[in-house]
Amino acid sequence: MKARTLYDKIWDDHVVQQADDGTCLLYIDRHLVHEVTSPQAFEGLRMTGRKVRAPEKTIAVPDHNVPTTLDRANGGMNEESRIQVDALDTNAKDFGIHYYPVSDVRQGIVHIVGPEQGWTLPGMTVVCGDSHTATHGAFGSLAHGIGTSEVEHVLATQTLIQRKGKNMKVEITGSLLPGVTAKDITMTVIGETGTAGGTGYVIEYCGQAIRELSMEGRMTVCNMAIEGGARAGLIAPDEKTFAYCMGRPHAPKGAAWEAALTYWKTLFTDEGAHFDKVITIKGEDIAPVVTWGTSPEDVLPITGTVPAASDFTGGKVDAVQRSLDYMGLTPGMKLTDIKIDTVFIGSCTNGRIEDLRAAAAVLKGKKINDGMRAMVVPGSGLVRAQAEEEGLAQIFLDAGFEWRLAGCSMCLAMNPDQLQPGERCAATSNRNFEGRQGRGGRTHLLSPAMAAAAAITGHLTDIREMMAEAV
Amino acid sequence: MEKFTKLTGVAAPMPLVNIDTDMIIPKQFLKTIKRSGLGANLFDEMRFNLDGTEIADFVLNKPAYRRAEIIVAGENFGCGSSREHAPWALLDFGIRAVIATSFADIFYNNCFKNGILPIVMPEDVVNALMEDAQRGANARITVDLEEQTVTASDGQTYPFEVDAFKRHCMMNGLDDIGLTMEKAASIDSYEAKASTLRPWV
Ligand code: SF4
Repeated sequence: MKARTLYDKIWDDHVVQQADDGTCLLYIDRHLVHEVTSPQAFEGLRMTGRKVRAPEKTIAVPDHNVPTTLDRANGGMNEESRIQVDALDTNAKDFGIHYYPVSDVRQGIVHIVGPEQGWTLPGMTVVCGDSHTATHGAFGSLAHGIGTSEVEHVLATQTLIQRKGKNMKVEITGSLLPGVTAKDITMTVIGETGTAGGTGYVIEYCGQAIRELSMEGRMTVCNMAIEGGARAGLIAPDEKTFAYCMGRPHAPKGAAWEAALTYWKTLFTDEGAHFDKVITIKGEDIAPVVTWGTSPEDVLPITGTVPAASDFTGGKVDAVQRSLDYMGLTPGMKLTDIKIDTVFIGSCTNGRIEDLRAAAAVLKGKKINDGMRAMVVPGSGLVRAQAEEEGLAQIFLDAGFEWRLAGCSMCLAMNPDQLQPGERCAATSNRNFEGRQGRGGRTHLLSPAMAAAAAITGHLTDIREMMAEAV
Repeated sequence: MEKFTKLTGVAAPMPLVNIDTDMIIPKQFLKTIKRSGLGANLFDEMRFNLDGTEIADFVLNKPAYRRAEIIVAGENFGCGSSREHAPWALLDFGIRAVIATSFADIFYNNCFKNGILPIVMPEDVVNALMEDAQRGANARITVDLEEQTVTASDGQTYPFEVDAFKRHCMMNGLDDIGLTMEKAASIDSYEAKASTLRPWV
């Protein structure tokens, strides 16, 4: 048999039907749903009298709109947000799908809840009306975002009409140096390929540095595959993956677990399988990075300086000029001289327990800079509970951070957590587009440890220097 | 879905790379539970000042482009989120075709589901059409899905590629879901087979 990539294998196992022109009907194992991209899809089902074909494989949770302040149980949601969340409540009930309402401790960002509850397992196809569905690829599942029409298609048929993408391999060799994290890997890759570099591809991340990451770190890496333009990111499952899945509420148990394990162990890229594009980066070459512009590809090591538009060519020249104006930065200025007034730790990229641990380790016994507004928004209610148990919450509170309830929050600022025009935020989320965190707001993307460091000093900071001081 | 066969109209030039979905429709307008009405907020933060007045030099505010039906743009148009609100907003404004050197995957797919034709053209063609578009309402561009061509105002014709199935659905205004539901028997038999091979799913 022909040598196949991990992507090839998962794809082959999910083809329901293939047309002569190569278009496939692909079976979907898990469909995750949130309140923003689903109401029109459910409305479509009602209008045509259709049902959800596989409600037992469909999971919904509100996350984008929900307030994260402690008073959210007593309302606190604006009218429009409430309508969307109410619509999801009703749709979940009417169509009989699994649901984690705002009042449930398991509620959180859909891409954190899925793995946490054992819905996401190796070898599955996972979709959601959300581009960061790529996160679930960390389990060796084929996971990608879809639009609302496709949400409706999956609800009605449990399939998607798809053409196969191309295979791309991103190998990170060696080990990461101290102070460098999964976030720095994934941002460095985007800096290398550009935001369109992955278009049409499914990326498989591999190499020693990826193997050495925890499941949390792997989710961070795959999460931002979409920022590189890729349809999905994948990492072959291994013992760490199996250990993470074992015992989760919706993971198989007993004999079913053994059968699953046997299958999961076949999920790797065969020796000699073909990749259409290969990128190799040495783990030792990766530095802690930050973004300076308004595209996730605007990445530089923290030791760098703000570039000038004239450093670029083609359409990027105008785009960079526009970015610099928007960001209020001058070419040549050191990145570590950029002053920060807001710090946001959270999102489906970096809102897991390990991220909170990394930030808390930096903040322990310290205070945030005067006038700084800093918040931690755990990725799920369970992450929040665990952080409280481990004493992390107290470290954040003592440092001067706000300690919030779970949700997307200031990652996209659909709820009241927003930047004001001109405010500058160090954020552990994934997008630095104009207006992403609030109209006129300025975003610098970075790792949780780097965000914590910036909260203390009041400017972008090289975490390695802070670590050196601590010794 | 509205059918698309052929369209002649004004094209708005947007020579920016990486026009993202947050620019096309900022998140504060995603709180709707309907598909319609989003055109009023298309490109909201580029189009309007904070007090709601128009930003005069934004292309769609210029008299010549107020009724544009086509956009010509730089590479990687539609990158960012999966929000279908982006094509809904374009459509509601009246845009039926976008021409660029490349598109982000999810956005590209979403366009076809909504009767908007995304056309990938090589850079020199996009540059030529961009120049044509800059001439305003005098330069009407024709997009012909049946012939798979774009014709500039000077009569120059450029061919483009499009997936045959997507083209078929768009030209006939076909609903994918209906088509797939006709294949229910295949889905049933896939499920039966998968439930023995991978019963834990
Ligand atoms: S945390 Fe941000 S990126 Fe993740 S699902 Fe929510 S809004 Fe999207």
